[in-house]
Amino acid sequence: MLTFILLTFFFIFPPNDWFYKWNKKFKLDLIWTNKGGILILLGLLTFFLFGLTDENFKLIALKPDNVPIVGLIFLVAFFTWLSMKQATENDKRIDNNEKVNEYHDPDDKVLTWPDLVYIELIALVLCTVLLVVWSIALPAPLEQPANPTLSPNPSKAPWYFLGLQEMLVYFDPWIAGVLFPTLMLIGLMAIPYLDTNKEGVGYYSFKQRKMAVSFFMFGWLVLWVLLIVIGTFLRGPNWNFFGPFEYWDIHKLEPLTNINLSDYIYIIWFRSGLPENILLREIGGFILILGYFLILPPLFAKTMLKKLYQKLGNFRYSVFIILILFAMSLPIKMYLRWLFNLKYIIAIPEYFFNI
Amino acid sequence: MSNKQKEKKGGLLTWLGNSQVWKSIIRSGIPRERRGRMFSVLNSVFLHLHPVRMPRHAVKLKYTWCAGGLSFYIFCVLTITGILLMFYYRPTVEYAYTDIMDLGEQVPLGIMREIHRWAAHLMVITVWIHMFRVFMTGSYKPPREFNWMVGVILLVLTLLLSFTGYLLPWDQLAIWAITVGTNMARATPFLGHEGPGAALLSIGDINLVHAGSDIRFALLGGRFVGEAALLRFYVLHCIGFPFIIIIFMAIHFWRIRKDGGITTPV
Repeated sequence: MLTFILLTFFFIFPPNDWFYKWNKKFKLDLIWTNKGGILILLGLLTFFLFGLTDENFKLIALKPDNVPIVGLIFLVAFFTWLSMKQATENDKRIDNNEKVNEYHDPDDKVLTWPDLVYIELIALVLCTVLLVVWSIALPAPLEQPANPTLSPNPSKAPWYFLGLQEMLVYFDPWIAGVLFPTLMLIGLMAIPYLDTNKEGVGYYSFKQRKMAVSFFMFGWLVLWVLLIVIGTFLRGPNWNFFGPFEYWDIHKLEPLTNINLSDYIYIIWFRSGLPENILLREIGGFILILGYFLILPPLFAKTMLKKLYQKLGNFRYSVFIILILFAMSLPIKMYLRWLFNLKYIIAIPEYFFNI
Repeated sequence: MSNKQKEKKGGLLTWLGNSQVWKSIIRSGIPRERRGRMFSVLNSVFLHLHPVRMPRHAVKLKYTWCAGGLSFYIFCVLTITGILLMFYYRPTVEYAYTDIMDLGEQVPLGIMREIHRWAAHLMVITVWIHMFRVFMTGSYKPPREFNWMVGVILLVLTLLLSFTGYLLPWDQLAIWAITVGTNMARATPFLGHEGPGAALLSIGDINLVHAGSDIRFALLGGRFVGEAALLRFYVLHCIGFPFIIIIFMAIHFWRIRKDGGITTPV
């Protein structure tokens, strides 16, 4: 499933001309028309409506604290569609040398009172109505009183942090809980300084800023929203993976067969024991990690991302590529885990340093 | 007909509108013509956050999604319901849970806690969607880079506000969600006692960073989620983070105007 999403993702949100060509050839931009939108909505609706006939699914989807996430799925789908629809329309207009939809004569302005104020008023009233109805329909959850000696299974963080908790499966807490969130914030804040493209201000567009939109969408939809959805709906007792209609069996057994890279090298391939010296033991992992962060950036700069490197210059490019490599390390580690049962690339539990 | 007679016919509302008290509060009356409408925005402390005139596309829901404005509105809702909730709630291990129980059982038609909780969830979502809109319209590009950064800080503060509030009901959901969340702090490099590098910070045999001195301890005021943590989260939730977020919101709104208002295509 995730493989399918990863494979199709860059065709739906093409980051460069090559993908863009295929996107056009497969007519994938038809997703962003009214028909496409209705299809997405119907698809989601049928999934949820049929899903609700299943007891296990109903139990999780209608849990009061999970209701916002069901709402989030619909809202994210809707707004992604809405923005991309306007973007595709504008792309066509730009291709035809027309002004974008948002363009109006600079002198043609409207008064804030009443044109904006009444829209705001309606939005506030609707929002208030939504909150009141929601609050009457669904009582806020209150479970048993806090008991530090009895931990529920699964214990989950608040839903907006479930993406981070999901990463804990693949990385140690110092990476998933500290390093990655820090990098995410730095990355978000760095966007305006890394994106030197001057086009696309003040209107929805895609073609003029393919790479920026594509990478942002990947981070936002796949690495953030999707992980939250997985963490909420598909992770049951002992943080085991459960299908959407599966009963959360507390006794489900998952064999823990994950092994470290050093075990692979010394025990399976060389058939010698692990060396005493920590550095010698983990040398393979160190080479891999250093190679990943030191060799790949210049390699990309020379080949695939040559134009980008020239445009951004040394410093901007380095920051950009390091952030991207960190972001990609999550799916890479996921696949290494699934395919080779790899636990850690570098494992130094003596110093809590595991990657 | 003289003027006096006309006013009488207008009824109570017109009489009220022409009274000295009303006119002293709202100087311009109901604005019906262009000049009056401009003044009604300029003269109001709340409305003058807006410019007097706007580009035609900028008021359209299709463009703005109203997500930023709604985030601010929901913040106001949260502040008001939060203040009401503070009347009933005592942040101690002894009373916290029973106070929340009381709130549900003793207060007739009480939905303040519900509104507060669901609005908190909703605010996280609207802030994300606002960020998404700003990205998709390229509104972070120069000269608005700094305001985007302020926005990211506001996003973090929103999450922190929601996170600190999660603990206050003091039920199983609360205490374990916070335990899971703060356990990650244990692994902060150098600063957490299970983080990489922490073992290096030592004088002779004495570790400087241990379970009783690391960053998680500072956050919780103890080795586990207990009385001190509840008080800390309460203070942060009700005073600390709102205080900070209001400052950043002021900067955010100010800079929107100073950076040229909402983005417009050239």
